[in-house]
Order: sequence, then structure tokens, then C-alpha cells
Amino acid sequence: MKKARLATAWLDGCSGCHMSLLDIDEALAVVAPQIDLLYGPLVDAQEFPQDIDVAIVEGAVSSHDDLEKIRLIRRNSRILVALGDCAVTGNVPAMRNSIAVKTILERVYIEGADIDKGVPTEVVPTLLKQALPLHDVVKVDLHVPGCPPSARMILFVLKELLEGRIPDLKSSARFG
Amino acid sequence: MSSQITVRIDGVLCTATEGETIFEVAEANGKHIPSLCHMEGVSSAGSCRLCLVEVAGIDRLLPACTTPAQRGMAVTTTSDRLSSHRRLALELMFVERNHICAVCVSNGHCELQALAQSLGVTHVRYPYNSPRLSVDVSHPRFVLDHNRCILCSRCVRVCDEIEGAHVWDIGGRGIGSRVVADLDRPWGESQACTACGKCVQVCPTGALVEKGYAVEEMTRSKAAIARLAVKKGATP
Repeated sequence: MKKARLATAWLDGCSGCHMSLLDIDEALAVVAPQIDLLYGPLVDAQEFPQDIDVAIVEGAVSSHDDLEKIRLIRRNSRILVALGDCAVTGNVPAMRNSIAVKTILERVYIEGADIDKGVPTEVVPTLLKQALPLHDVVKVDLHVPGCPPSARMILFVLKELLEGRIPDLKSSARFG
Repeated sequence: MSSQITVRIDGVLCTATEGETIFEVAEANGKHIPSLCHMEGVSSAGSCRLCLVEVAGIDRLLPACTTPAQRGMAVTTTSDRLSSHRRLALELMFVERNHICAVCVSNGHCELQALAQSLGVTHVRYPYNSPRLSVDVSHPRFVLDHNRCILCSRCVRVCDEIEGAHVWDIGGRGIGSRVVADLDRPWGESQACTACGKCVQVCPTGALVEKGYAVEEMTRSKAAIARLAVKKGATP
């Protein structure tokens, strides 16, 4: 059987969803032979590859860098999964959404800094006005809410996707 | 004495007392209709629109909690149309304010969160409103977090009808509506509040909470309110 080409990505989130993915423990050994993991925090690829079957994305879209990444991921992937509340709702990263970006940056980098006071203009990606759920900027094929989604649910989602089905999470998944 | 009537709920003939609401008749006959504002022991407000039902011969959907059952009425409590309206109502509650389940004291014990799960809301299709809202921590024992309020008005009704203090009202209009204490002053400065905590016990979300609880720790009991209502003879 042809292996599924899988990628994961970590935008504005805490990596807890990737931790929960690893928490499927011994089931990793069941899933591993069926997939080629080609991109993400768990592997060392630099460029997001072409022709991905399933992209699983954690985190909200918070910066211009995130925005470019998610658009590229969408272009190169057949199925895009929003994994966890940040990707699904904005969640904690979106708690800044009612505050102006300038105010936040000054609070953190000037008022909150002891040395080198000043808002960075290089290296750190510029923030979008608000942290957004993935489906606000690209088409999402499956939403898996939860903070984080349980390992059991992630395993169920993986198994279903590998069987070529979009899993029905109605009534089994919840926010938070 | 009120007369007995017969209504049909989801095709099943049910006996009801005239004056009972569709919601009450349905519950008495083992039919659960989802709701966030209805509560046993206090009057109905019809504010959450989750209990909408179809009534044969009437085009628009009616809230079960404020519609009296009438002789010969045929009510449908579950259909694709109703599910779609209920999901819509829930999604609009989620976009209206800032419901961040992951950091809420009521996470895991929240009626809004649980209903979203049972109605299969896995994401919200509309852009979040993300309003800047205040948190009132002026009361010595309790907190009012407007970010999590869905304006169900249970607090307003329980304080008025059971405690008899009438601290709470809904102030403002439309999207600017807020729960206000003593005609809009900080809760801690309320002259009328007896600090009984009934409003906190009936809040369906994490809007009214006791101080000192961390994420997921806030649990509540509505059962005591229903018992008090019976003792007080306040059941409408």
C-alpha cells in the first residue's frame, strides 16, 4: 500500500497538540508504517513539501509569517486538519484580539523589558491585527477542537484519515 | 382547577395541564429539549433560543419555554431545521463575546460548552467579535466576567424571584447589553446584594463565579434552587 504523505505544522500555539499527538504512545508504531512524515516540528525538513496528502496544523494564524505558511500548506495539501482550539477558534493567542498590536508590543518590549527596550523590527515576524482561526484565512477540511484534543481522538482522526475517510467528530469533540 | 389537555410531541400523545409550557410538557414526558436560559424554579425568559421547536401550522419556530401547550397542538422537538437553528444560535453566542474554554474556571462544567459538544459544533463559521469587556472583581466573594456572559438572565430571575433582592438587571441595548448590579454600579458596592450566591450557582457558563477557583475547578448546583422555589411557593 502506498504510504500517506503527512505533514504537521505549529503556528501560534503551545505545541501541546503535538505533545498530545505523541501521547498516542504505542499506537505510533501502528501509524508509522502507513505514513511518510515529511514536514513539521517532529522532523528536520526546511521547506514545506509539495503533494501532501494530510496536513495537520496546530496554532492560530497570528503573524504574517503564519499567514504565508498556512497559505502554502493549503496549496500543497489535499486535506487540511485544524488541530486543537488555537487552530479552530483562536483560543489563548486570540485573547489579545481586543487590544491594539502596538499597545501589546510596547507593553512587552518596552514597559516589560529591563534591558534593550524597544519593539523588534527584524527577525521576529510582524503580528497580524488579530490571531485568527485557520478557517478564517484558508479552507479547512476537518476541525478537531480541544485544548489539547485527547490522544485517543487524535488517533481516531489519524486512523480514519488513513482509511481515506474524513472522520465524523460530531458530539465527541469539544472546545477546551 | 386547570383542565387537562392533550398535545402531540414528536408524534406521541401527551397529557398536559392547561397553562403548562411546551418545554414543561416535553420534560414531563421524557423529551429533552436543549436550553441555556430555562431553569426549574424560576420564570421563563426565552432568551437563548436553544429550545426552539416546530409547531404544526405555524411557519416560524417557537421557543418551547415560553409557549403554552394548547389543545391539539402537534410539536416537533428534533429535526434538521431545528438542529441547524440551534447550532446557529450557539455559534452566535460564541462569536459575541470571548469564550476561551481552555482558561475558564468552568471548563468541563459549562452548559454552553457541553451543548456545543452535544449539538456537534466543532467550529464557529462566523468571525469572532472579540469585544473588550470588563471583569468585575469588586465583590468580596464573587466575580462577574462579562467575557463569558450569554445574557441568559438566570441570575436576574433567581435573584428577583427566589432571593427577593433584585440586584441584577440587563442594562444597555442589543450587542451592548450587560448584566448590571444595582442599576449599574460595581457589584461590591451593591446595597441590595445579600452575597447569597444563588446567581453564581445558576450561571450556565463561567460569567459568575466564586473567587479562589482555578481553571476547571468551578462546579455548581442548580438543584438547591428548584428545592427553594418549591418551599417558597415561587414556582410560576
